Amino acid sequence: MSVTVDIKFKLNGVERRATVPAQMSALDMLRDRVGLTGTKYACGEGECGACTISVDGQTVNSCLMFAADCDGRDLVTIEGLVTSPLGESLRKNFTKYGAVQCGFCTPGLMMQASHLLKTHPHADRDQIKRGIEGNLCRCTGYKKIVDAIADADIDAA
Amino acid sequence: MSEIQNYTAPRTLEEAADVLRAGNVTIFAGGTDVMPQMKTGKLKLQPTLMNIRHIPELRGITQAGGTVRIGALTTMTELLNSELVRERFNALWQACDHFASDQLRNAGTIGGNICNASPAGDTLVPLLVLDANVVLTGKPNGAVTTRTMALKDFFVAPGRTRREASELLIAVEMPLPPADSISEFFKFGTRPALDISTIAIGLAALREGKTLRDVRIAFGSVAPTPIRAPQTEAAIEGKPLDDATIETAVAAAARDIHPISDVRASDWYRRELIHNILQRMLVHVRDR
Repeated sequence: MSVTVDIKFKLNGVERRATVPAQMSALDMLRDRVGLTGTKYACGEGECGACTISVDGQTVNSCLMFAADCDGRDLVTIEGLVTSPLGESLRKNFTKYGAVQCGFCTPGLMMQASHLLKTHPHADRDQIKRGIEGNLCRCTGYKKIVDAIADADIDAA
Repeated sequence: MSEIQNYTAPRTLEEAADVLRAGNVTIFAGGTDVMPQMKTGKLKLQPTLMNIRHIPELRGITQAGGTVRIGALTTMTELLNSELVRERFNALWQACDHFASDQLRNAGTIGGNICNASPAGDTLVPLLVLDANVVLTGKPNGAVTTRTMALKDFFVAPGRTRREASELLIAVEMPLPPADSISEFFKFGTRPALDISTIAIGLAALREGKTLRDVRIAFGSVAPTPIRAPQTEAAIEGKPLDDATIETAVAAAARDIHPISDVRASDWYRRELIHNILQRMLVHVRDR
């Protein structure tokens, strides 16, 4: 067995502790240790964005982040985002515009969309496309996703 | 996957140097290269895994005199947000702008991009034309020592550099280019995001009317390492940038490169790309 690491971090506003194998990814920790399965595993190599989470206010691919590196950091997952006004606005809009089909990419897209709108509240469609370029959707063809993000309530950001 | 026997996250450079001196260490920062290479078995993990993200000496973009120093932990996002990089190191800024995706730019560091030593590493071509040096620190004999090496001498082979196992790459340094200098970067791939370059070209020079001086050209993804292109540079240096010079330069470029055929492109196609895109870049510089 690999060595384990004791870590302390904030997850969706709550202080937590965990003991994780040194080589474990943040994604595996969230899904298998903490039990928050909203963050999805898809490609496992940073190509698809399904595992996007926010760390210290920046979005990252949690499949490429070492769980041990979560020590001392502030994590927000889709479960935390949806309790915020911006998350709620995005959730409603993804439904309203039909931006969801199979839904597997949706948590990652909502995480990335919220990061985009926080850093660029008045992002136009091109900036939105650019902002979500690290997120793959194999169902919708993106138009409805861009529609949903473009119409989000930026006052909530 | 080999077993990790020790995980450490030092808070100072000296502590990190001590860990490296003890030997058998895998270093990571953003994790965006180490994690996938560990999973596929491409990277054999050493018994000690060292997280260097907590070392303050590795952070920040600073200017002292005519030299700009970029700490190894600087992320692509931080480079993109730097006014100094945007205004004075255009080629590097462009490369960061074309780098992977927002999520990866938020995590990936310049030190990691250099040490991963991919022939297609996005920041390497611009850093080569910007005359970058790497700063390496170690404690091989019990005292902290630092050495500086030209980036063009740093790469040995895909994934291999002249960094000693006991050393840490702590920063990259570049001379601040004169205000009338140019630097350009072009990356060719099949899609704008998350693409590994088929070829990349960097170009930097001082402009004197229609003539370029102190010409630096580098190519990515056309040799086992990112390379400077001495024959191409010589073909342009100090000559009026007319059609004949450009034609000589693109012919010289064909002799500077040694592309292979792989999943992204054939040898032939890479040669075509270098020829046509270098020509386009030079015409663009001339006509601007």
